[in-house]
Amino acid sequence: MIARNWTLKDWAFPLVVLGGAALLAPLPAVAGSYWMALLVNILMYSVLATAWALFSGPTHYVSLATAAFFGLGAYTMAFLGEKLPLPLVYPAAALIGAVVATVVGLSTLRLSGVYFVIFTFGLAELVRQLVTWGEAKFGGTVGRFVFIDVNQQGIFWMLLGLLALVLLVGYAIQRSRLGWALRAIGEDETVARHSGIDTTVSKVAVFVVSATFMTVVGAVMAPRWTYIDPSIAFNPIISFQVLIMALLGGAARLYGPILGVVPLAILFEILQANFPNSFSILLGLTFLVIVYFVPNGVVGLIDQGRDKIARAVGRRPHPAE
Amino acid sequence: MTTRLTPSRRAVVGGIAATTLAAPYVRAQAGAVKIGFSISKTGPNAGGANVTTLPNYQLWLKETNDAGGLKLPGGQRRMVEFVEYDDRSQSEEAVRNIERLVNQDKVDLLFPPWGTAMNLAVAPSFNRGGFPHLASTFFVERQPELVQRWNNMFLFLDRPSTAITALTDLLATLKDKGLGNTVALASVQDQFGLELVSAARAGIAKAGFQVVMDRQYPPGTQDLAPIISEAVRLKPDMFLAFSYPPDTLALTEQARIGGLNPKVFYTAVGTAFPLYKQRFGANAEGVMGIGGVDVTNPKIRDYIARHNRIVGREPDRWASTTTYSTLEVLSQAIERVGLDKAAIIKDIGANSFETILGTIKFDKNQRVDQWWVGQWQQGEFVALAPTKVGGTKAPVFPKPAWPTA
Repeated sequence: MIARNWTLKDWAFPLVVLGGAALLAPLPAVAGSYWMALLVNILMYSVLATAWALFSGPTHYVSLATAAFFGLGAYTMAFLGEKLPLPLVYPAAALIGAVVATVVGLSTLRLSGVYFVIFTFGLAELVRQLVTWGEAKFGGTVGRFVFIDVNQQGIFWMLLGLLALVLLVGYAIQRSRLGWALRAIGEDETVARHSGIDTTVSKVAVFVVSATFMTVVGAVMAPRWTYIDPSIAFNPIISFQVLIMALLGGAARLYGPILGVVPLAILFEILQANFPNSFSILLGLTFLVIVYFVPNGVVGLIDQGRDKIARAVGRRPHPAE
Repeated sequence: MTTRLTPSRRAVVGGIAATTLAAPYVRAQAGAVKIGFSISKTGPNAGGANVTTLPNYQLWLKETNDAGGLKLPGGQRRMVEFVEYDDRSQSEEAVRNIERLVNQDKVDLLFPPWGTAMNLAVAPSFNRGGFPHLASTFFVERQPELVQRWNNMFLFLDRPSTAITALTDLLATLKDKGLGNTVALASVQDQFGLELVSAARAGIAKAGFQVVMDRQYPPGTQDLAPIISEAVRLKPDMFLAFSYPPDTLALTEQARIGGLNPKVFYTAVGTAFPLYKQRFGANAEGVMGIGGVDVTNPKIRDYIARHNRIVGREPDRWASTTTYSTLEVLSQAIERVGLDKAAIIKDIGANSFETILGTIKFDKNQRVDQWWVGQWQQGEFVALAPTKVGGTKAPVFPKPAWPTA
């Protein structure tokens, strides 16, 4: 039964992604600039969280390096934005992100557990200090202007395109041998290695893909702020927020993180708009509630609900007979 | 959407409060003027925002409403209410707060956030909505280019290079009075510190001084003793630090303990804070810093007294006074032309304004004449330079050695 449905499912996911993107694309025509600002925020975190879960979901390596790559992208835009034609800056950011992620991945993915978490957190700080040092030494100042005319609509479309792309790439990875290898690593890395999987290559490959997307998001977002400095570009809050959103949604499924991003982004907005002076306290309380009541994420809730329905449906025939 | 619930509830409450308050002033019109702002109430920028910006907004609000409201052309008055959000020191939040203020809360006017980065982040939104942007905590070298890009932006602080020219010119006049020519520099490694120190290197060379030490430290550095120890060893004639409030306090403290006694001791932001005087008392005498006011001006004295009474503490003598002057300029423009944003922008660009800082007149949207070097003299932070602005005092020179306490 499942086997027969495979081919249909094969096409269903990419079609849903493309259809969804096509449906959302005309939104700037109807949404006012306040709603656009909210949508840009949701999309930005959707891409980041999905990219995060691409690597961290199957491998269970919790990464706090999101801000490092995001900031790298923002700085690429700041450095090259006025020197290269705009369409070339994004590929340049992707390339830089990929190269840095390869170097970082090769040197660190031998770490695991809490050591990896701490290292990735340190990575953002390391890149930030390097940028500060380089700017002070050679640039003469630390802040950089980003005078690039990309309006909110432009950013919205780019992020929407990136989201569709990251979902499709994620889907392709999941369906490939690489996807199986990652899941094996997540279950038990030693066993995976013994069954002939080159764990380092697999981990680095997906880490690079994930980081590349994060870097491009940074490059897309930078023009919105006109000015960046290391503390804006490498803000650790970005790493934490992505982690929390992805975990709320559920990192086990490709679409899981988005289910976390949307409610949290809307919740942040409501808290921010209505309780601007007690935002942090309410946010903390919300996290407690989430961890306590939704430990497996929204995806977990959906699975639970599905199980229940299935059980209810399964039970029904008996009294009917 | 639920998002709009509370602002409107707040509007109702504010409205009720406004009507009650306005009852004696029959001329106040129904419907308060809504002024919105996004500011860093939390996060790394909160310190600056809470010393410089927020108290002045509150002071202005209270005074305006106590007087019966904001004066409009023809003598009408309308009460003012604030819609305020916290940007948590994040640029993205600041941008979104401004979008919300403009599109959801439909504010009549916007006040700017605190700090260069935040002002730059929201500048495109201010410009798109045609809002006057009177920035007082904004300090970058590329200002002339910015006001060309955004003609709704008015900059109340001139550029770092101007600040440095005022300082080095002042130091050059002290040469005949026995100031030697060795300089020790320390600077915080961010946009502010770096732009100042690079301007300073050029200015110092031009004045014929010699740099014997040039140290930088990252923002947030806790231990500045090594910098002071090095300076003590080198015995410079001048010690110039382009620092932020925490480092300003730490450097002064270390210099006192280490017995660093140059003829000129200069620290940047924070020197003009009342906190500096409270912390160092008589030790502050002769210390130079960024900012300064004309303490003989009765308007300034009155402002300090009001700030003290209403906010409950003294204002600093640089950015606070500047921030308050932005509000004076804005109210005066509104009194002349009403709440039409384009008319306000035109009015501010064309006219001159009487403020606590004296007459303010913009040259291509930039305020050019202002005090850049101040000094603690008998418990007051007085302006020293540039002298062409007027209201300056002669420097206490050489700086007295730290009293051994």
